[in-house]
Amino acid sequence: MTAFSPSRLARRRSGSRLPDRLFRGSSRALAWALVVSLIGLGAMLLVNGWGAFATFGPGFVIGTDWDPVKNIYGALPFIVGTLLSSAIALVIAAPIGLLTAIFLAELAPRRIAIPLTFTIELLAAIPSVVFGLWGVFVLSPFLQSTIEAWAVDTLGWIPIFAGPPFGVGLFAAGVILSIMILPTIVSIAREVIGSIPNSQREAMYALGATRWEVVTRAVLPAARSGIAGAIILGFGRALGETMAVTMVIGNAQRIPQSLFDQAQTIASQIATTFNEAQVGIQTSSLIALGLVLLVITLGLNVAARVLVGRTATGAGGR
Amino acid sequence: MAIKTPVSLNGALNVPEPAAAADRSAPTRPEAFDAVAAMPEQPAPSPKLQIRGLNVFYGTFRAVRDVDLAIPGRSVTAIIGPSGCGKSTFLRTLNRMHELIPGTRVGGSVRLDGADVYAADVDPVELRRLVGMVFQRPNPFPTMSIYDNVVAGVRLTGRRAKSELDGIVESSLRRAALWNEVKDKLKENGTSLSGGQQQRLCIARALAVDPEVILMDEPASALDPIATLRIEELIAELRETYTIVIVTHNMQQAARVSDQTAFFTMGDDRAGYLVEFGPTSRIFTNPQHQLTEDYVSGRFG
Repeated sequence: MTAFSPSRLARRRSGSRLPDRLFRGSSRALAWALVVSLIGLGAMLLVNGWGAFATFGPGFVIGTDWDPVKNIYGALPFIVGTLLSSAIALVIAAPIGLLTAIFLAELAPRRIAIPLTFTIELLAAIPSVVFGLWGVFVLSPFLQSTIEAWAVDTLGWIPIFAGPPFGVGLFAAGVILSIMILPTIVSIAREVIGSIPNSQREAMYALGATRWEVVTRAVLPAARSGIAGAIILGFGRALGETMAVTMVIGNAQRIPQSLFDQAQTIASQIATTFNEAQVGIQTSSLIALGLVLLVITLGLNVAARVLVGRTATGAGGR
Repeated sequence: MAIKTPVSLNGALNVPEPAAAADRSAPTRPEAFDAVAAMPEQPAPSPKLQIRGLNVFYGTFRAVRDVDLAIPGRSVTAIIGPSGCGKSTFLRTLNRMHELIPGTRVGGSVRLDGADVYAADVDPVELRRLVGMVFQRPNPFPTMSIYDNVVAGVRLTGRRAKSELDGIVESSLRRAALWNEVKDKLKENGTSLSGGQQQRLCIARALAVDPEVILMDEPASALDPIATLRIEELIAELRETYTIVIVTHNMQQAARVSDQTAFFTMGDDRAGYLVEFGPTSRIFTNPQHQLTEDYVSGRFG
């Protein structure tokens, strides 16, 4: 046993302190830079878009006319278009995504689950514009001649299924979005389901449960808030998606009257008109539009993360 | 203290020990030994669980080797042994829970009241209603109330009438010695209870489906000493009605709660095997096998 030496102790400390402090200082600065840039982004949108809010007041959000000729800007058609196209995407993608996640996490053997998961997550790597091209040349004509034509013929007396079937429009945008958000929903839901401790499954099996009962009564209830979070994150992704939507939604600056009507989303409106926008109230209105979108998506993402986090910490039993 | 029906595989081992015989492992409550010592001579009834030539494999690895064991009904059988000796694996083969792990194979037979549980026409789902299980860590369903936890297994059978469920909840919680503590908060979440209460809730949940055998996999190892004692008292009551097989790391616990003890250890091939089985008092005071003696006296494991 060596004697405790104060001099040795002092030498070691001074030798390691400087790099330690440099490392801590630089990583802290970079972390804060991210926070500051997010705040700066919001401030920029608020400052530059303020003109629109000042001029139209609440009318900017609830107004239905977007008219550069008369310089009247109401964002409601785009807000509606954004929420509706994303909602359609969710109605399609949520059940498919959840069932896929259950299959991958609970049912598929590993040699199938691993390549399948990989493939589904690759969907997220396909560029938005490629989805858009596919939407224009394959999906829209297909929808127009099949589902839309059939729905207008047989269900056309219901207002939301009224014609004409354009192909390009709200429904096509929703379908494209559903494919684009599927990887988000599947991968998060799969992880959430996988994080449910095995003790929960065993508890249900030991009571005489079938596999189906284990999934529906033990796994899914325990995972429900995380699954809700996965779906909301998918919804958030759909809200902000721009390129593919622009190419298939029809860019009609009005509130859509039916599922197959042409419409416009906030992101798509900004992208398609910003280049030609007049400096002044029109530009300001587009920036304000951006702020509206930011508020919607930020709110949803915060809600989703809270839900996902709750599953991770609150599953109990372990 | 109830008089148990002692059964051992071979009558030669069935020699009652005087209660005064020194327990070399630890001080234990003497009643457990009194009961065994006072056992009247009886012919051995047919065992509740008859295990013959049981081998368990994970892939190509043999985890349990050639186990022959006859577990008598309405008694507590403890399974002790060092870590990795296949105790838990063995326990899980009794209600086919091992099948949940892909790549597991079993050879040999397990008979429940004479019926082979591995027979092709036996549904493991039905088997597990007869042979329930309590796990190492309390695992109540976190999204369910205490009430719903207790009847979770009952609802699997399609019974939903409220009056019937109410009755099952009360009787199960009473038998699990938890009723008085939770009767006023049945709607509260099961995870709001203390660890020991959660484990008794899990026992109530297992009892609610009216099993005949209850397998316990180190049911008190995650609990503090007082909660452990309550679980042990509960086991002593439950053996009036049920056949209990308990895996435990804790030799004093085995000595306190069980009527007979099986000692497992690990061979050179890392496969667990049964070394010795007999009345608990004899295993702890007069083991026939050197390995058992080393283990119960704390010299190894």
